[in-house]
Amino acid sequence: MISSPPRRPRRGLSLSQREAVWAYVFLAIPIAFFALIRFWPALQSFYLSLYTWHVDPARRRFIGLQYYRELLENPVFHQALKNTLMYAAITVPVSMLLGLTIALMLQSVATGRGAFRAIYFAPYITPAVAVSWVWGWMYNYNFGIINTLLIEWYVFLENFGLERLAIAPQRFLTNPELALVSVSVVVIWQQLGFQVVIFLAGLQGIPRMYYEAARIDGATPWDLFRHITLPLLNPVIVFSVVITTINALQLFDQIVNINFTNQGGPLNRTLSIALYMYQEAFLRARLGYAAAVTVVLFLIILTITLIQLRITQRRVEY
Amino acid sequence: MALATEPLRRGLRADAPRRFRRPNGWVVLSYVLLTLGAVLMVFPFAWMLLSSFKEYREILSFQIWPERFTLVNYVEVITKTAFPRWFLNSLIVAVGTTTSVLFFCAMVGYVLATLRFPFKNLIFVLILSTLMVPTEMLVIPWFVMSVEFGWVNSYWGLMFPGLIPGFGVFLMRQFFQTLPRDLFDAGRIDGVSEFGLFWRIGLPLVGPGLAALGIFAFIGNWNAFLWPRIVGQSTSMYTVPVGISNFSGEAATQWNLIMSASSLAIVPVLIVFVIFQKQIIEGVVLTGVKG
Repeated sequence: MISSPPRRPRRGLSLSQREAVWAYVFLAIPIAFFALIRFWPALQSFYLSLYTWHVDPARRRFIGLQYYRELLENPVFHQALKNTLMYAAITVPVSMLLGLTIALMLQSVATGRGAFRAIYFAPYITPAVAVSWVWGWMYNYNFGIINTLLIEWYVFLENFGLERLAIAPQRFLTNPELALVSVSVVVIWQQLGFQVVIFLAGLQGIPRMYYEAARIDGATPWDLFRHITLPLLNPVIVFSVVITTINALQLFDQIVNINFTNQGGPLNRTLSIALYMYQEAFLRARLGYAAAVTVVLFLIILTITLIQLRITQRRVEY
Repeated sequence: MALATEPLRRGLRADAPRRFRRPNGWVVLSYVLLTLGAVLMVFPFAWMLLSSFKEYREILSFQIWPERFTLVNYVEVITKTAFPRWFLNSLIVAVGTTTSVLFFCAMVGYVLATLRFPFKNLIFVLILSTLMVPTEMLVIPWFVMSVEFGWVNSYWGLMFPGLIPGFGVFLMRQFFQTLPRDLFDAGRIDGVSEFGLFWRIGLPLVGPGLAALGIFAFIGNWNAFLWPRIVGQSTSMYTVPVGISNFSGEAATQWNLIMSASSLAIVPVLIVFVIFQKQIIEGVVLTGVKG
């Protein structure tokens, strides 16, 4: 009995073959989904960007890289690209520095940490569309609360003859010099909580004994931060930079809704790549050209992701 | 001996008292700054709610507190726009998508983590690679596809892009990988079916992962704007964000109405957040730091 050969399951499948068959039975629908809804459309974007658009595929005309050549020359696209990079250049470092500072402060307070964390995090999960309308109302030139407070502040300072310290009411959303910064403030306000939460988790993952050991060796608080906190937080920082940069490159909801009657304005100074793509594709029916825009956006995001992989593979070992 | 006296000797060192004083100053400063920051974070929500309870003439005069709280704005938004319909649409889309996300991401995550089969790693890498493709690049082909198959202005059209997100597969695979293989082998010997191994043995053990994924899928779909704006073109197929956006564009300067519409979109999310705060924040940490 002991030496008898193992009984093979019916239908002649070995156990490992049976497992493989089941795996593919489970994966059938998901594989079809990823192929048809993710991969095929991504490839189709490349394809569409080489043709003029027509609803009937037979009447699409091949034009090669002509749309890409147009991108090189189109000043509106250049403005959109420049704005988008500006959004990233403003929102990423500011929200990161604020997020790290707040996380460090949260770590040192014992009571109320959870409540503070929740308050800072709440804007991150609220719908950007509604939030942008609220900020649009606060930014309103004539009736917005921010300008109202600036006037109250002026009146208050007048009592002491200190008018010079006052700030004049601003056209936050219609001044071309200011509009992009005003939108960036909303973005920072919304994603700050994300940074706080992941930095706080990163900080709490650093073993206490490192700090204690360094303190015994006479390290100052700055030494602790510079030589323990920062290097050990490095992977979290890289992750957060990449996520927030990619988010900034895809800004859309805020820009459409904060200045609905002049989306992307004034003078295209808040126009983002995503909004530009939307306008070209769905308002001007230039789907081929818009597809070329998205290919460029994809290449930018791909580059950033690859850089992230390079950096995170260089580990900090202790 | 040396061990026992060491703390005492340290305590007697000249810099010891400074070490205790310095943190106190920092803690006080932290509380002050954190409170100030918290006020700035909450202010837009508070201002939205206060404005939503004011009458039209009152909203244009500077007054923080409404003279009397009125619900007329809410009544007008709910009765004179299709807001209830948009709310229902958002609910259908968010619940439908979340159900699919939970089932399929868990199943794919389970298969990738516990079963052995050819091309497993290739499939995993391909699924992960979809995370690098921005939605913007997909919406144009999705739209072309939707026009061709008649999915414009339908629930299926609103839902299909989000049914199995790559990050959900990744998250669930991480959770299933923490379970010991023997668990499933034992189940197999006891005659549990392959689906039963996933459904009755694996799934109950990854509850926290499912909670985080479910909440994220729900909130993400509730807040989505770009794709619903493209595919939901008739007023009756708007979701809440699309409806708010278009309604507010029409309401022009009636900020009291716009603020009550915004409140109706934001407050439910805030309530969900207050209830599931712990899971949501843990989920961010899980998908964030580990991802």
